[in-house]
Amino acid sequence: MSEKAVTEEKRVFMTGNEVVAWAALAAGADIMYGYPITPQNEVMHYWTRLAPKYDKKFLQTEDELSAGFATAGGVMAGRKAFTATAGSGSVLMQEPMAMAEMMRLPTVAVLQQRGGPSTATVIYSQQEVTLTTIGGNGEGMRVVYSTAGHQELYDYTIKAFNTAWKYRFPTFVLGDGYQAKMREPLTIYDPETRGISLLEPEPFVGKEGEPGKDRPPAQYRNTFNLEEELYEKVMSDIREFEKVAPEIAEYESMETEGAELVVIAHGIVFRAVREAVANLRQQRFRVGGFRPVTLRPLPVTQIKELVAGAPKILLVESSYGQMARLLKEVACGSATEISTFFKPGVGITAGEVEARVKEIIKS
Amino acid sequence: MQPAPVMPKTWRVDTKPHKFCPGCGHGLILKCLGEAIDDLEIQSRVVYGCDIGCSLLSWDLFNLDTVQAHHGRTTPVMTGIKRARPELICIAYMGDGGGYSIGVQHLVSSAMRNEKITVIVANNTQYAMTGGQMAPTTLPGQKTETSPFGRDPGTTGMPFRGAEMISSIVQEGAYVARGSIANLRQLTGYLKKALKNQIEGKGFSFVEALSSCPTNWRTDAARTWEFIEKDMAGYFKVGEIKIPGRGEVTADA
Amino acid sequence: MPDTTRMVLAGEGGQGVQAIAEILAEAANEEGRQALYIPNFGVEQRGGVSVAFLQISDQTIGSPKFLKGDIVAALSDRAVQRTAQYTGPETTFIYDSAMEGVADELPKNAARVMPVPAMEVAKKELQPRVFNMVIMGAVIGATGVITLDKAKAAVEKKLGYKFEKQPHLRDLNFKALERGVKLGSEMLGGLH
Repeated sequence: MSEKAVTEEKRVFMTGNEVVAWAALAAGADIMYGYPITPQNEVMHYWTRLAPKYDKKFLQTEDELSAGFATAGGVMAGRKAFTATAGSGSVLMQEPMAMAEMMRLPTVAVLQQRGGPSTATVIYSQQEVTLTTIGGNGEGMRVVYSTAGHQELYDYTIKAFNTAWKYRFPTFVLGDGYQAKMREPLTIYDPETRGISLLEPEPFVGKEGEPGKDRPPAQYRNTFNLEEELYEKVMSDIREFEKVAPEIAEYESMETEGAELVVIAHGIVFRAVREAVANLRQQRFRVGGFRPVTLRPLPVTQIKELVAGAPKILLVESSYGQMARLLKEVACGSATEISTFFKPGVGITAGEVEARVKEIIKS
Repeated sequence: MQPAPVMPKTWRVDTKPHKFCPGCGHGLILKCLGEAIDDLEIQSRVVYGCDIGCSLLSWDLFNLDTVQAHHGRTTPVMTGIKRARPELICIAYMGDGGGYSIGVQHLVSSAMRNEKITVIVANNTQYAMTGGQMAPTTLPGQKTETSPFGRDPGTTGMPFRGAEMISSIVQEGAYVARGSIANLRQLTGYLKKALKNQIEGKGFSFVEALSSCPTNWRTDAARTWEFIEKDMAGYFKVGEIKIPGRGEVTADA
Repeated sequence: MPDTTRMVLAGEGGQGVQAIAEILAEAANEEGRQALYIPNFGVEQRGGVSVAFLQISDQTIGSPKFLKGDIVAALSDRAVQRTAQYTGPETTFIYDSAMEGVADELPKNAARVMPVPAMEVAKKELQPRVFNMVIMGAVIGATGVITLDKAKAAVEKKLGYKFEKQPHLRDLNFKALERGVKLGSEMLGGLH
């Protein structure tokens, strides 16, 4: 066995893409398959420099379809495999991820959202939420962690491997171009020294023994003959997903108790919300903040409680309502007044959130 | 009681008879593949991948660990497995639509990277599962559902010689051949050599197999064989094209 | 939040604005403070104005994006135009006084506008290539956002491999940094 990449706790100052590479090493990832697209490239750059030192592998594929399908192959071979992409790459990645959904493959994909639609900008957005949570021609049986900075990129990249291998649903770490490219401090650590045990991967194919003699052959398909046959399969996955959803769902909330208005945002936008809520509280506004950390599955119970308790909700995101659609579905039937602040493909500051809150409260 | 037909040891008996149409070439090619695997005694090390299209019907044909992937994507799935676990022997089986059209970038790229996998393309000159549309391999003048008046090379180009294309981009160590269901002994030999090439870690290995589809061709037995042996073999030369240590060999070998 | 210093540094590619921002951020991090540095990386990265956004704080830093900088430094005439949107009533605007024809472009709404003779000093007293160190010094001098010692340590960390081979570069860079700090604090003194 190769030595561990991260042994002691260490405060470091690096870009988010570098954080992802270190986190994947700390999580015991074996192989990365990737294809260049900004702003994800440096995940590959750091991985290709670090990986050989720790007996890890890398393959640059011909496109994101191939990166995704090779990642599916890697996990089927019983290795912790992952990929990273963004933007139009995320679009192509949906095809292999649909297969991962159908075959219940523990793939891990890190997405650094860039502007959309199309090539748009290489900078930043939160416009890959629908794609990542619902994805291709399926029912969205996937886990999506939306991170809000470097510490979380590290924590949740590690967690993503465990979640994927525990529940066997394709798992995504949804970052963005800001998180990819910015530098800020964080603490890296060996998860095992913090009591996080890393799940061992198991092969789907290429198992011990001769198939048909020592054991039945392991055969995986994504095609079904009959509607009923498919229905059985899909419903059994949905039931399982719904059963484990409360275990997987995570959230962060601040000052929501008795708040007149709660601002909901996810990912890096919640940093602006945290700051805005703190400032508004100082100005004696009864305002709180709530953030779904998992966009899939959503922390449904908490969202329902929130909309039942808060007279007003403000949804803030760097897309034209992709998170809002998910939340409104959960909030459906509630009497709360929902306002929005959408800036598709553009970063959001605390000042802007504050101004919007005041506008709503005063109206 | 009829005597049980002779099957390769690697075939699953409980899933037979297989699901291919009468006269389909897939069963013959996969029988050759099964015999090659038997001869090489590698059953416990093989991962078999099949595509979308009629090849998907082979997802439970063998007593082999199997992945049935998306259309054209069997090659990257097998690449992913091989890269992660090089001790496994990975076989990607697909039709000419999956290999030469929707998945051609994967085929080309894995050949260029000299992936140590074996890709087998069954060429029956059209998309069979979807009802007989024109494929890159459809012969000039051949009628299909999307070329009902016959393929016009002026507007749709000439048939794609996949094995020759692969042989022109692979490096030394790769094995490339084209066999046919008209010569099963030869085809088994090619498949065996291709697998051996992978086992020995020499390089990429590729076999195209000329195959039949009387269902979509709407041909009787005589015309089916004539089409394979005359029409197809006239355009797609059968033989070994690239053998490690021997460079380019003539397609007429 | 007043205890967060927000900075926008802009210049032509090759002028070293990203290096300045990275060194300032590293230095703040070494002091155990919070720092968040994000380079612009639009298609502008090639052949355009290079912009670095930097925040240094004693508290957790919120959004990486901000609308107005406390310090905005522009090292070229195009950078003056590019950074206009980040200048507000709280902003100290720093620019190189050797630039010509920018008088009309300078922000009217800034709290302070500080011309710094960085290029002139670099050319006459040092070497033109340490221009960015003079500018960095001026930013430190004008804000006190990090200590000179930490700045030097961060420069050492980033350029140490070059100093190994050519030790005189260490002196040159540090001198430029110190000279810049002096310029920055003088300007500040002159304005008060």
